[in-house]
Amino acid sequence: MALSTHRTTTALLRHLTPAISYLRHISTDSTSTITVETSVPFTGHKIEPPSRSVDTTAQELMSFFRDMALMRRMEIAADSLYKAKLIRGFCHLYDGQEAVAVGMEAAITRKDCIITAYRDHCIFLGRGGTLLESFSELMGRKDGCSKGKGGSMHFYKKEGGFYGGHGIVGAQIPLGCGLAFAQKYKNDENVTFTLYGDGAANQGQLFEALNMAALWDLPAILVCENNHYGMGTAEWRAAKSPAYYKRGDYVPGLKVDGMDALAVKQACRFAKEHALKNGPIILEMDTYRYHGHSMSDPGSTYRTRDEISGVRQERDPIERVRKLLLAYDIANEKELKDIEKEARKQVDEAIAKAKESPLPEPSELFTNVYVKGYGVESFGADRKEIRAALP
Amino acid sequence: MADGSLRKIGRFCLIFCKQKKNRTEGGCVCTATKIGRRGSGGGRERGFSTTTATTEEKRSPQQQHSQGNDNKKSSNINLFTAINQALRIALETDPRAYVFGEDVSFGGVFRCTTGLADQFGKNRVFNTPLCEQGIVGFGIGLAAMGNRAIAEIQFADYIFPAFDQIVNEAAKFRYRSGNQFNCGGLTIRAPYGAVGHGGHYHSQSPEAFFCHVPGIKVVVPRSPQQAKGLLLSCIRDPNPVVFFEPKWLYRLAVEEVPENDYMLPLSQAEVIREGADITLVGWGAQLAIMEQACVDAEKDGISCELIDLKTLIPWDKDTVVASVRKTGRLLISHEAPITGGFGAEISASIVERCFLRLEAPVTRVCGLDTPFPLVFEPFYLPTKNKVLDAIKSTVNY
Repeated sequence: MALSTHRTTTALLRHLTPAISYLRHISTDSTSTITVETSVPFTGHKIEPPSRSVDTTAQELMSFFRDMALMRRMEIAADSLYKAKLIRGFCHLYDGQEAVAVGMEAAITRKDCIITAYRDHCIFLGRGGTLLESFSELMGRKDGCSKGKGGSMHFYKKEGGFYGGHGIVGAQIPLGCGLAFAQKYKNDENVTFTLYGDGAANQGQLFEALNMAALWDLPAILVCENNHYGMGTAEWRAAKSPAYYKRGDYVPGLKVDGMDALAVKQACRFAKEHALKNGPIILEMDTYRYHGHSMSDPGSTYRTRDEISGVRQERDPIERVRKLLLAYDIANEKELKDIEKEARKQVDEAIAKAKESPLPEPSELFTNVYVKGYGVESFGADRKEIRAALP
Repeated sequence: MADGSLRKIGRFCLIFCKQKKNRTEGGCVCTATKIGRRGSGGGRERGFSTTTATTEEKRSPQQQHSQGNDNKKSSNINLFTAINQALRIALETDPRAYVFGEDVSFGGVFRCTTGLADQFGKNRVFNTPLCEQGIVGFGIGLAAMGNRAIAEIQFADYIFPAFDQIVNEAAKFRYRSGNQFNCGGLTIRAPYGAVGHGGHYHSQSPEAFFCHVPGIKVVVPRSPQQAKGLLLSCIRDPNPVVFFEPKWLYRLAVEEVPENDYMLPLSQAEVIREGADITLVGWGAQLAIMEQACVDAEKDGISCELIDLKTLIPWDKDTVVASVRKTGRLLISHEAPITGGFGAEISASIVERCFLRLEAPVTRVCGLDTPFPLVFEPFYLPTKNKVLDAIKSTVNY
């Protein structure tokens, strides 16, 4: 089932069968504005930060909760599938960072572009990807979003403006500037969110890209998802200045609590307006990944278990929204539990379906290397002979 | 695995197996792991052949000098442990040696640097930021000051951001400065090659790119013992070296490795299996596949000579030429895509030198001309059956 950012009540209700009766009851005021204060104030670099007061609605908070619960469940299921060897290749999980994906989505449209690195599963869901496409891709099946040819690190969704998961640390950043240039050239008032981690923040190409983006006033928003560990190295061991929002020097920056979906939404909305008028801006999302860097990293050799459980208890993005929903009496404990149960069910169903999806046709090995009919054709036994094919 | 089936792996393994008391233990190298049966590419079995006793005898006088008294001591270790030993020795024997790279201070993703930071301190073994271009550029500078800079690129697939530094800075430093400067102390280690499930960016074999660059050396070991000796040679070689470690073998390849400090010569290929009908040339993990094909071919009465090239540039043409003059046929196999692979260079050179002696066209069994695939890895790889078919069709040409 598609994870979506439906904003209409009916669409919301479709996904919430267990809570339907209650939501019908409150649906009359589910779109009225609620103003919530962000957990911490924004910190600006060469820019006046936006207000801490964020406008939201009951409906939006419910969709945050539902989307994040689904993302969390998907990542945990991916972990098990990897351990069961159903997912091969490399796999990087996003649990803990969900607020960045949903908060960003809430502030922008699908005409805005997002490009990210290899921790891409949840961004893909946020952009309108389905669980079936995700799990099929993870397991290398035909129904995957990249036809099973990409795997965990290479999710894409063109119609959702998702320019995908990229395998090489930092390599997607200049690409994001290229996307932003195209948007500016077309004058279509859209922006590109280029995501990278704190590890990639030390890559030289970030600074090359920043310079170009600033020089040409591109509508590029560089989002540093600072989960505090570049693979297994703490940020302070890798970066002289871990204040990534300031490292653009002449490019303004904003430090955001990336565990607070509403703060992320506020910051992204602010950044989009800024970028359209003035060019690039850096958003440093202070976030945290619960899993290790990849599946071979237990995630506990370079940080303490206490640190991880401390973040879970105090800053978890889903728990924060849960508390808001309860505090504003939008939903009760049981309904939220039911939503989580429903997420689990959707994930299980998607996995079952994905497992039935066949592997791609063997001939797919040779497709998409060049445009069909242009470039090179392989033939012969084992297809090891090649011939240049001219149009 | 029963003793009988062990013998089938070949005599090089047997040399090793005789040293083991209990051949049926799981740790034995000959327990070739069966993987990737999903595709039509046939079974691909991974074992490897150990170093023969003769290689050890080939050590140069300076290496023998450094061996000390306990040169008979050896232990049964895997490839990443052998690399770890080599790095430890390099750090112990040269106070100007440094090991750095992404996450190396707690052992690195493949555990090659385990314990080094504890033993030698974080000033000599340290993590770098994630910036390959910076890592190699930094290493060139460090080496230019007369140090031994041992840089780790976490996967060979990530070496491309550093490509400019390697090709334009490292390789040409000595030449363009009229021998005033060099970065000969630089060794870049990078795990490379297929691993069974690595996908696009954790499986590539980029050795051919670097073989086009005069000024650097490219070295690939096939086994733990080779890895240790060759890595120490690379670290101590007065030229920048790119050292590719077959990541498939990190844990899988286990072999008796001397504990002492020893070096194996660079640019010297080794005949690891003698034969009369066809010469097979390969390097790294692919040799294990080729050896299995040799064993199978032998059942059909084809006698194969197998050569481990070890150093890709500057490569040991003479050993290959001598072998092809004897057998009259040549097959080259590597995991990298066939077009523009280093096999093409070997093929061209041998045709130039042995044209009138060749009895069949030189054959290459390589990766396909596609990106390294995820689910299609078994189709892509030059499996044993592909090598075996090519041996047969070349011999029966």
